[in-house]
This record gives sequence, structure tokens and C-alpha cells, in this order.
Amino acid sequence: MPAEADPTLAALSDQLILVAVLFYVVAMLGYALDLAFGRSSTRSSEAAAPAEEAAAVPAGAALATVGGGVTTAPEKDGDAGAAVTGDAGTGTDAPAGGRGPSPWVLRAGPAAVVLSWIGFALNLGSLLTRGLAAGRWPWGNMYEFVVAMCLAAMGAFLLMQLRYPIRFLGAFVSAAAALGLGFAVHSLHVETGPAMVALNSYWIAIHVSAAIIASGLFIVAGACGVIYLIRHDAAAHLPTREELERVAHRAIVIGFPIWTFAVIAGALWADKAWGRYWGWDPKEVWAFITWVVYAGYLHARATAGWKGKAAMAVQLVAFASLLFNLIGVNIFFEGLHSYAELPG
Amino acid sequence: MTVTETPDTTAEARPAKLGAVGWARWFWRTLTSMRTALILLFLFALASVPGSIWPQRGVSDAKVAQYHTDSPALAEWLDRLWLFDVFKAPWFAAIYLLLFISLIGCVLPRTAAHLRELRRKPPAAPRNLSRLPQHAVLDGDLTVEEAARRLRKLRFRVITGPGWAAGEKGYLRESGNLLFHVALLGLLISVGVGSLYGYRGNVLVVEGDGFANTVAAYDRYMPGTQVNAESLEPFSFTLEDFQATYIARGEKRGQALDYSARLAVSDRPGAAERTYELKVNEPLDVNGTLTYLIDHGYAPTFKITDGSGQVAFEGAVPCLVVQPATFASECVIKIPDARPRQLGLMIAFLPSAVPTQDGEWTSVFPGAANPAAQVYGAFAGDLGMKDGRPQSVYEIPAEILKKMTPLVMKADPLEVGRKLDLPGGAGSIEFTGVKEWMALQITHDPGRMPALLSAALATVALVFSLTIRRRRVWVRIGDGGAEAGGLTRAEGGDFGEEFARVVAALNHGPNDGAKNAR
Repeated sequence: MPAEADPTLAALSDQLILVAVLFYVVAMLGYALDLAFGRSSTRSSEAAAPAEEAAAVPAGAALATVGGGVTTAPEKDGDAGAAVTGDAGTGTDAPAGGRGPSPWVLRAGPAAVVLSWIGFALNLGSLLTRGLAAGRWPWGNMYEFVVAMCLAAMGAFLLMQLRYPIRFLGAFVSAAAALGLGFAVHSLHVETGPAMVALNSYWIAIHVSAAIIASGLFIVAGACGVIYLIRHDAAAHLPTREELERVAHRAIVIGFPIWTFAVIAGALWADKAWGRYWGWDPKEVWAFITWVVYAGYLHARATAGWKGKAAMAVQLVAFASLLFNLIGVNIFFEGLHSYAELPG
Repeated sequence: MTVTETPDTTAEARPAKLGAVGWARWFWRTLTSMRTALILLFLFALASVPGSIWPQRGVSDAKVAQYHTDSPALAEWLDRLWLFDVFKAPWFAAIYLLLFISLIGCVLPRTAAHLRELRRKPPAAPRNLSRLPQHAVLDGDLTVEEAARRLRKLRFRVITGPGWAAGEKGYLRESGNLLFHVALLGLLISVGVGSLYGYRGNVLVVEGDGFANTVAAYDRYMPGTQVNAESLEPFSFTLEDFQATYIARGEKRGQALDYSARLAVSDRPGAAERTYELKVNEPLDVNGTLTYLIDHGYAPTFKITDGSGQVAFEGAVPCLVVQPATFASECVIKIPDARPRQLGLMIAFLPSAVPTQDGEWTSVFPGAANPAAQVYGAFAGDLGMKDGRPQSVYEIPAEILKKMTPLVMKADPLEVGRKLDLPGGAGSIEFTGVKEWMALQITHDPGRMPALLSAALATVALVFSLTIRRRRVWVRIGDGGAEAGGLTRAEGGDFGEEFARVVAALNHGPNDGAKNAR
């Protein structure tokens, strides 16, 4: 492992991240336009919104009122099957607004998706160049970890929106990613270089990657949870609660086993590095709490009286403990996971 | 080193006692309900929180001791509530034991039900398939036999009747779910076995010194309650050389790049020695007993002559690191054998010593570029070691120091080979060299592999239970043509897509069906 980092690559990495933030911000604006004024063809609602409400939305946003999760998006190949059946066979498209939205607004959504893919590529490039500069896996300190988490959140969203009609989440995920990257650049940035001795292990690739991927999925679920709770019943331009629940559940069902794996991989690494696989270090305590509360969410969804709002609240508690574990523990507690290398 | 640790006897689990039968029945019903399980699950999470807020014994003992020194009254109360031993506390054990009993109470009847379910045939087709959540009209001239064959190809469990075929699959969901919970139980038992039959110990070894794996050799030894002191793996080793390299330039200057210890290991008494390069992340494994490198520091060597002209001390003194960035360290030498009076010395060790502007000395780099030892306090008098109270080797208690006579305060740092004469003919101290020490953790945990297997099993089972859905498909063939209906028994997810694939397979046969559904 080289003791000296490559300064050119390191500088390139720092510049790439700034451009990535820029793309995320513009993408966020695009998603916001799409959410507010677009016909939002990727949305479907279980219950038909009252026509007068829909008409009250500026620019006459039209609602696709379809049952059974059938969407009217021609580009959504995933729904070809549902179109065979439909719910009770009434898959009709009923635009409720008056005028259609102006054409450039219609393009805001797809354009935002393209912009976020570019931002994602830049974000990835920044992480790769940073890793190459130091000659190691690029998640050796807090700055790199937060950058990787933003990448994972954006990646989870972009991949999920290929399959599910969740473009509405874009505004929230890109805002979170832009803020996260901004926070990382502004207050966590440290010069790249060799990682601490304890991190010189192939386990960093396994354990930290799994934790990052799971976190990305949990962020998508968390965004759904936040929208779920702030959403008014009248806010017709936001997706329905059922939809939000479904997307959050999907993300967690994928994320939870990955998180389980990340915790177990961490235990295996701890066994190699510290002489015990589990020692209730603050990071371990909070990883455990996060795991238990997400498990609680999965159980709550299957328990009468806990479905819906209560389950969503549980999910958000789990999400909060996840965030606390990823960021708070490194700052507030001193433990074996003190690899944060916070500046100053 | 001073041994103050007592064997840990608090980890043993106590089963809950049950009272009268009626009460027990009520208790059992309540305990095994999903709602109780959920509440216990949240309590379990909540109960872990204090474990991260207060320092824990066995994780950071020094901080627990510090807490007791800083605020003894509060610490006493926290101790009463087991807040320094959260994960060994009876209230914590109560929560997880209740949770696992609840889990058993839930899993047992479900296993029985699942076994019955596995033997049961799929239910017959309902009369009106168009009322099902998924429904499609099939084209072509499908026979019941052909429909059954095509469903079986899709790995449905199929039965047929007059004019209909019924298929069901996804039994692995429940199997996975049950297996996951059983694996968690296995994990708990493995952890318990490990804490009963395993042991953990710490030892500090200076370059040139050796270690033999016996209870007496440990600085701190923490056995499980069922560990026999005779059963320790009888290996030994000598620390031949310790090497640490540091980053020399830039923002991260002084951060360790790597460190490693060269050991000459003998697996059992009399066995041939082998060389092992001990590193972080690369423990030494001798028949399942693992030795880990967890810390390191400097041990300067001194030769101390007392007032009578005798050599009262000669050897290495391990110093504790005070500034991790520069490895500025401190240590204490107690010489109860010094004549005429006992001697106590407090020494600062600076691996790369430079003078500061105000006349003090400091270390600027962790590597030993310009090692210096500074005697910042030398005292003569009674060290107070006769009353049998254990003392830390790293400090002289303040109340004892007060009664001793100060000889030297803050002498100029010594280079290697230099000597400092103590005033009043009390003797001299010579800084003879620099060695390094390493701190090791040695563990034996028979629960490791079972715990790993349980955890791996739990993960795989979890994936099954979360990704597989139980789904049923029926085909009815009548005069008006063929139709198919389907439903999934687990909520969430979108069965429509898969149903469309099934319909396509029924229409065209499984092979082109998959293609057409895309």
C-alpha cells in the first residue's frame, strides 16, 4: 500500500463531487416540477381523487385513476402483466384536469432521471478516483462513508424506479443526497491517504459495502416514511399512503437481509481484528438496535392493529437509529469504530 | 501488573419461574401473542440504548473506573441498576429470555401447522375465477392435463379435478420463516455456550519477553464460569521484534501505516518453535485459541542505582501512551528494594523529542527518531506497598506521594546512555535503551463456529421468508373456453407480473411463455 496518495486523482475526486452535487440539485428541481405540475405518468392511485381537488392543482394536473397498481406509463414494461388483468378489469385512464400541462413540464421528470443518473456517475467517479488515489477501498473515513451512502441512496432509488413507479421519490432522495454530499464536503472532508491500520482487511470491502447498500435502501424507505407522515389526505399530487407503504416495504424487504449480512460480516471481521465477534461496542449496540427495530417493522406489518401508520412510525424509528448509528455514534461515542477521522 | 478482575459470574441465565397453572396458562397465551412479542422486541432495542451511553465493564473498564472516581454517588446508583453491565443485567436477561420464550411459543405451533400444510393438497378451484384478485381468459384449446403439466413445469404443486387444475407454490416462505427463528435461537445458545465455556485474557509483552498460556501469566483473565484453569491450550511464544511504521508527511502525519510483531511460537511444551508474523486482522491461531494484537507502545529500559550503590532496578518499563498522535508516554517506576529509602520515579517518554519555545519538551512523531526520557518526578520514602492493597503499576497514588520526599522535579530529558544523579546521594538513573511492548488479547470461544453457522442459516432463511410468496393458481376449462385465476396469500408485492407469466406459460407452454411475457 502506498504511503503517499496521488494528489492529481485526489483533486479530481474533490472536483467531481462538487459537480455531482450540482447535478443532484438540478435533478431535484426537475423532480419537484414533475411532482407539482407534471402529469406524472408514473404515478397511480388506489382511490380516485375527487375531481375538484385535482382541478385545483395548478396547471391542471391530471390524475391517472386506475386500480390494481396498473399504470398508464407506456415506458413501464414491468406492468405489462398487470394490464392483462387489471382490478376487476376496469383499467381506465380518466384524466380529471382541464388543460394538459405544458410540454416542457412533461419532460421535467424524465430529464430529472437522466440528470440524476449523470450525478450518480459523477458521485461514483469521485469515490473511485479517491480510492485509486489512496490505493485502497474508498470507505475508510467518515467523509468517504457519507459520500458512499449518498451514492447508495441515489443508486437504490434509480434502480428501483426502473421497476416501480416511484419517480415521486426523486425530489426527496436527490435533495437528501445533495445535502449529504454538501455536508460531507463542507464539514467532513479530510485529505485522502492510507486508512487506519485496523481497516487494512478485505473485510472492509464486504462489511462496509453491505452496510452502505442496505443504508441506501433504508434511505429510500425512510423518504417514503417521511412523505407518508407529512402527507395530507387532500394532497392529491403526492402518491397515496398505500403506494408509499408498498415502496417502503419493498425497499426494506431487500435492505433488511443485506443489513443482517452486514452485521454478520462485521461480527466476522471483529472476530478477526478484536478477538471477539460481538462485544457491545457502541456501533454494535446501535447496529443491533437498528436491526431489531426493522425486524419490529416487519412484524408490525403482519400484526393487526399495527399496520399502516404505526408500522410506518416504527420504520422511521428504525431509520432514525440507522442514521444515528452511521453518523451520531462516530461523533458522540468513543469506541472501537472510531475511524471517523473527523477534521479538526 | 495488578489483577483486580474477579471471574464473571453474572452471565448465567436464570429461567423464569411459573406459578399456578391457570396463571401460567394466561401468562403463556399473553406471552406468545404477536403483540407481546412486538413490545418485547422494542423493549429489547430500548434496553440496549444505555449500553452505548454509559461505559461498559469488559468493553471500557478504565472509563467505568474513571466514572466511579469522578462522581462516586451517581456511579453507585448506576451500578445498582446494572447500567455499567447492561448486557449482563438481570433486567436485560429478563427481556431477551421472555422474547425467546415467546418466540418458541410462536414457532412450535406454527411448525406443526406448517408440517400439516406441507402434506395438504392445494384446494380445489373456486367456481368463479373472475372474482379472484388475478384473472385472465386463456386462449387456445387447453386440456386439464396439459394445464397441469404446464403448471408443474413452473414448479407448482398441482392437483386436478373435473374441468379444473389447481396449483400452489411458495411453501419455502414459511419454512424459511420458521428456520430463521430457530436459527436465532441457535445463535442465542451459541453465545451462551461461548460465555460459559470460553475465556478471554489480556497480557502486555515487551520485546524479548515471552508468554506461556497459563492463568498466572495473564495481566487480566476473564474466564467463563465453566472454564477449568487446567484446560488452557498450553502454547507459548517469545516476542522477538516489534515493528511499527507511520506516515511521515501530510495531514495524516503520525498515523500508523502498519504494525507487526514477530513471534517465536511453540504450540505445546517441547514442540519446535515456528515464526509467526502477528498483525492486526491476522491473529495467531493455536488449536482454536486465538491471540490478537490490540495495542502497542514503548518500554524504555533503565538502570537505577540506589543510595547504597547497589543496582536496585534494571530492565524495561512499559509506558502508557498519553498522546496517541505522537506517542508521548508516561510511566512509573517503583523500587521498594532501594536503600536507604524506597524510590518512586515518574517518567515521560518522548519518542521524537524536541524542545518547545517555553522550555518544555514534547514529542512530534510516534516513531523513535530521537527518544528521550524525562524524569519529571523522583520521590524517596515509603511507597505504601506493604499494606497489601493492590496498586496500579502505572501510577503512585496521590496520598502516598504526599508523604514522600521530592528529589527531582522536571529534570532535563535524558538521551539513551545518559545518566541523571538523584540529589542527596539517593542514587542515579540511567536511560539504557528503547524497547516496544504489545498488548494482546487471547480468547478461546467454543461458541464461535455454532454462532457463525446459526447466523448464516438465519440470513439464508430470512431471504427465503422475505422474497418468496405463497401463491395459488387455478385453471378452469369449460364450454366457454379456458380461464385462469390466481391469488397470493402473503400481503404486499405485486403478483400481477408473475401471474401474467403463468398465463403466458399456460397459453404457449412454459418455454416461449417466459419470452412472451417480457
